[in-house]
Amino acid sequence: MSSHRKLSYSLAINEALHQMMDEDPSVFLIGQGVKSPWYVGDTAQGLLERFGTDRVIDTPVSENAMTGAAVGAALAGMRPVVVHPRVDFMFYAFDPIINEAANWYYMNGGKLQAPVVFWGIINRGGEQAAQHSQSLHAMFAQVPGLKVVMPATPYDAKGLMIAAIREPNPVVFIDDRWLYKLEEPVPEEIYEVEIGRGNVVRAGTDITVVASSFMVQESIKASEMLVKEGINIEVVDLRTVKPLDENLILASVQKTGRLVVVDGGWRTCGLAAEVSALVSEKAFGALKAPVVRITLPDCPAPASATLEKAYYLTSADIIRAVKSLI
Amino acid sequence: MLRIRLCEEAFVEPILAGEVRCPCHLYSGEEAVAVGVCAALTDRDYVFGNHRSHGHYLAKGGSMQEMVAEIFCRETGCSRGRGGSMHLIAPEVGMLGAAPIVAGTISLALGAALASTIRKDGRVAVTFFGDGATGEGVLYECMNFAALKKLPIIFVCENNYYATHMPIRECRVGMEIHEIARPFGIESRQIDGNDVLAVYDAGLLAVEKCRAGNGPVFLECLTYRHRGHVGPDDNVQGSHTDIRPREEIDLWWEKDPIKRFEGYLTDQRIMTQEELNMAREEVNREVTDAHDFARRSPLPRAEELERYVFA
Ligand SMILES: Cc1ncc(C[n+]2csc(CCOP(=O)(O)OP(=O)(O)O)c2C)c(N)n1
Ligand SMILES: [Mg+2]
Repeated sequence: MSSHRKLSYSLAINEALHQMMDEDPSVFLIGQGVKSPWYVGDTAQGLLERFGTDRVIDTPVSENAMTGAAVGAALAGMRPVVVHPRVDFMFYAFDPIINEAANWYYMNGGKLQAPVVFWGIINRGGEQAAQHSQSLHAMFAQVPGLKVVMPATPYDAKGLMIAAIREPNPVVFIDDRWLYKLEEPVPEEIYEVEIGRGNVVRAGTDITVVASSFMVQESIKASEMLVKEGINIEVVDLRTVKPLDENLILASVQKTGRLVVVDGGWRTCGLAAEVSALVSEKAFGALKAPVVRITLPDCPAPASATLEKAYYLTSADIIRAVKSLI
Repeated sequence: MLRIRLCEEAFVEPILAGEVRCPCHLYSGEEAVAVGVCAALTDRDYVFGNHRSHGHYLAKGGSMQEMVAEIFCRETGCSRGRGGSMHLIAPEVGMLGAAPIVAGTISLALGAALASTIRKDGRVAVTFFGDGATGEGVLYECMNFAALKKLPIIFVCENNYYATHMPIRECRVGMEIHEIARPFGIESRQIDGNDVLAVYDAGLLAVEKCRAGNGPVFLECLTYRHRGHVGPDDNVQGSHTDIRPREEIDLWWEKDPIKRFEGYLTDQRIMTQEELNMAREEVNREVTDAHDFARRSPLPRAEELERYVFA
């Protein structure tokens, strides 16, 4: 049965691209490394052979222009996916993403939508240091006019990529190289994971842990350890970080009364701060303890492995935070 | 050049052994560019590098020990183990830093040249970047402003015909990169980047022009990296990275800048083969010492993760 077919996270993205390009001739893929067997993992495999150089476009190192071109093509009726093999390279593309794409619909009185997917890959660790390690989802999430999705599982990676491509407005799709090898059953057929919908991936009663992307996997690990000690955490996978699935988060906190927010981004003005503010505003009465945020410190990514180990979050940090609330 | 080459090649083993983990973009094959240009500069002049800057750093006079220690990500490294291979810095000799965002440091060199002009202190700034960086718009913005203000900056494009997996013909129609500077009114030359004396001569002229207030200058140096884009992998066609024809790699070994310069030195009877061998041994000792120093050096301590954070 198709639902038992397993696929890795990266190949789930690959399948979404194959199916969307097959279904809709206005979909095309542009960005650095799409013809390379290694640059974007195996996410682009087979696309060039199948759809040709008109629709699978490897590019010079020109993020600003290539991203702007994707936006322009979207305004002209296409459905581009522009890939950045590292989110760090997207800073050059902030202008077309933020000034142009995010604003176009509003500032032109709803005349024209930009159905473009800005796909950025988080690629960190391995002593790559400050410019090759960043996670910028909170910056994108702050911008009105951008939807931001961050799948944590192969199933969601495929479903969110399909939803992002079909969405009439700009979507920032952020995936993570640390998830690429993760496998699970992924349906072969085309399906969407609705943008704006989170998911309770572990039900629990004691503490709500809200996470996204790779941190969901670490939270699940933490839940498995904690359950042995009789602590049942509820893990909420945001899946979409803009717009937040407020009801899902609030319902969970109403149930547990305690909240740990985990985010692989920086602390100040970050995603964890946003979730925490939301709960303080709308579920204050349910809280039995202050919200705990665990995030990267406000510190650039270091090179040395000893510092990386101290810098990045793992399930151990989540376990510690949870226990601090018990 | 030999210092750079032997130092670079000495990373191969530690990389393969997993002892060096940060991504190393080796400079082997391109030494004549850094050495030729930097020999025309003084310690007071400024250099900015990119992701492939081991050679720029050493040629500008950075300490080999501190560089090797940085690549081993030790506390004694030039960036205190916070930066790794792609962040080499030695402000005391004018190496103001290197960083891997393609074309990201070109405007910084522009600013260093601007500082020199405001202070009228005669310093020259050099920006080293690859053929790949000609895809980024900021390069053209910098050329325009530098020309407009006659800034003392030398744009050194190391054209090694590849940007990661992309051969240059898939990145641009006109392959004569030196021509991109002319529309801005910038004097521009194409040089055999594997001929260290030719690069040095061009560097001297460029520095002279800049110091006289007649900058900027653009130098396209044709060269080739013996190794692949990153690490020791050669990116040979047929291997998993599958990029460069074997014959092309072999051809460029024939044009190896060190082999050529050694040939020149012996032909001109400036050095004997024996003296060259001795020099090689001496450099090997220096490299071994630097590796010993790095291995002996402490790793940064986890408690000091946020040591250089100020906001
Ligand atoms: C803004 C940005 N985009 C993409 C990359 C990925 N990248 C690293 S090096 C490189 C190619 C550089 O080619 P070139 O400038 O010719 O230098 P070379 O490696 O050949 O020395 C690319 C695309 C990057 N580091 N920064
Ligand atoms: Mg190049």
